[in-house]
Amino acid sequence: MTVKLISTQEIAKKVLNHEDVFILDVRNTDAFDEWKMEGRNVKVMNAPFSKLTEEDALLDKLPKDKEIYTICAKGNSSKRAAEYLEEKGFKYVYSVEGGMKAWSEYLEPIKVGDLIGGGSIYQFVRLGKGCLSYLIESEGNGAVIDTNRMLETYEQFAEEHGIRITHLLDTHLHADHISGGRALAEKLGGTYYLPPNDAEDLNFDYSPIQDGDIIYVGSSMIKAVYSPGHTIGSTSFIIDDQYLLTGDILFIDSIGRPDLAGKAGDWVGDLRETLYERYKELKGELLVLPAHFMGINEMKDNGSISEKLNVLYKQNHGLNIHEEEEFRKTVSENLPPQPNSYEEIRQINMGKLMTDLEQQREMETGPNRCAVR
Amino acid sequence: MKVDQVLDAKGLACPMPIVKTKKAMNNLEAGQILEVQTTDKGAKSDLTAWTKSTGHTMLDSKEEDSVYTFYIQKG
Repeated sequence: MTVKLISTQEIAKKVLNHEDVFILDVRNTDAFDEWKMEGRNVKVMNAPFSKLTEEDALLDKLPKDKEIYTICAKGNSSKRAAEYLEEKGFKYVYSVEGGMKAWSEYLEPIKVGDLIGGGSIYQFVRLGKGCLSYLIESEGNGAVIDTNRMLETYEQFAEEHGIRITHLLDTHLHADHISGGRALAEKLGGTYYLPPNDAEDLNFDYSPIQDGDIIYVGSSMIKAVYSPGHTIGSTSFIIDDQYLLTGDILFIDSIGRPDLAGKAGDWVGDLRETLYERYKELKGELLVLPAHFMGINEMKDNGSISEKLNVLYKQNHGLNIHEEEEFRKTVSENLPPQPNSYEEIRQINMGKLMTDLEQQREMETGPNRCAVR
Repeated sequence: MKVDQVLDAKGLACPMPIVKTKKAMNNLEAGQILEVQTTDKGAKSDLTAWTKSTGHTMLDSKEEDSVYTFYIQKG
């Protein structure tokens, strides 16, 4: 019997269109609890493969007359599960190709808006992991900010839209995912920028970007604003006075955590100053575009993630902790677990640790966990 | 450690190591020990979670030359 398959791209389209999707996740429950598929109208049920084939009561919980998408870690068990369900009379069963590993790698480009200078800005949504990266296009030139490891998606997009990518910028040294900035710069002959305070231990050449620096992309402008706190180098980028790319400092419903380089205590003050002073001086009308989303509830109807700065000052809990001591506690105590392999990922992003693709995929599984609420 | 049965699940992809482990366990008596050899990386977390949820005990595990070996005592 051949099992019907569905690609992560097709599933992603359904999730982004907010369609009803029923997922049967057959991984073990620990793995499921740590990290699973999410979507506004996505229902996910966990039934480890070994249980599914033993407990018939589980089958009664599955929809008979609509599609069931089975998923597992890599796409083998989900195929077996789909086979089993078909034997049991379920007609519309599809196995998600490549499993959670492939889901973690899927990137969907969504246009956020136009630039005053005449270009456009796109958000690349990494649905499975919650990472957001950005492509700015103006007069056929392009810059990518917080590039993920899956370079082909950016390259293909650039080719389809006739964009020559020349500038690759990272808001900070990432700890939750492997940066594709340097690799894409090398591949395309572009320049890789990183804030120098995060680059002390870097094992390769890069271009420093600091407070007040301006980069022109076609007729659009990227302005750097030093905004430390998640890391000591964390720098935000203002695009054409319309968009504020906050990196891992400010998210829609949370704020950055200061501990991923082991310096929570030292950096709390910086984080507070950035969020409660530096950002306050910026125009409230700026549209905040963060480097992560934490929950699917942050997603807009078109699948993108953004909010105006002045709205966040009203709604984001992390911007409304008036007592400094309470703020310190919030961002340095009871923090969620750190992202998977965060120390190794930092080493890779510094060029100090060499790994193959399979190791990189393994390290990046799991949620991003860069925020505190 | 006295192993009562050895299961060679090398080269098998997920979920077969766990399916075979389950079958092998059915033929053991409580207290007996099964040694499982696998080359599937995912088997570690899967077998650990599975033994926990089924009342068996993971006595020990090791990795040597890309072969993962687990010792599971039937509960």
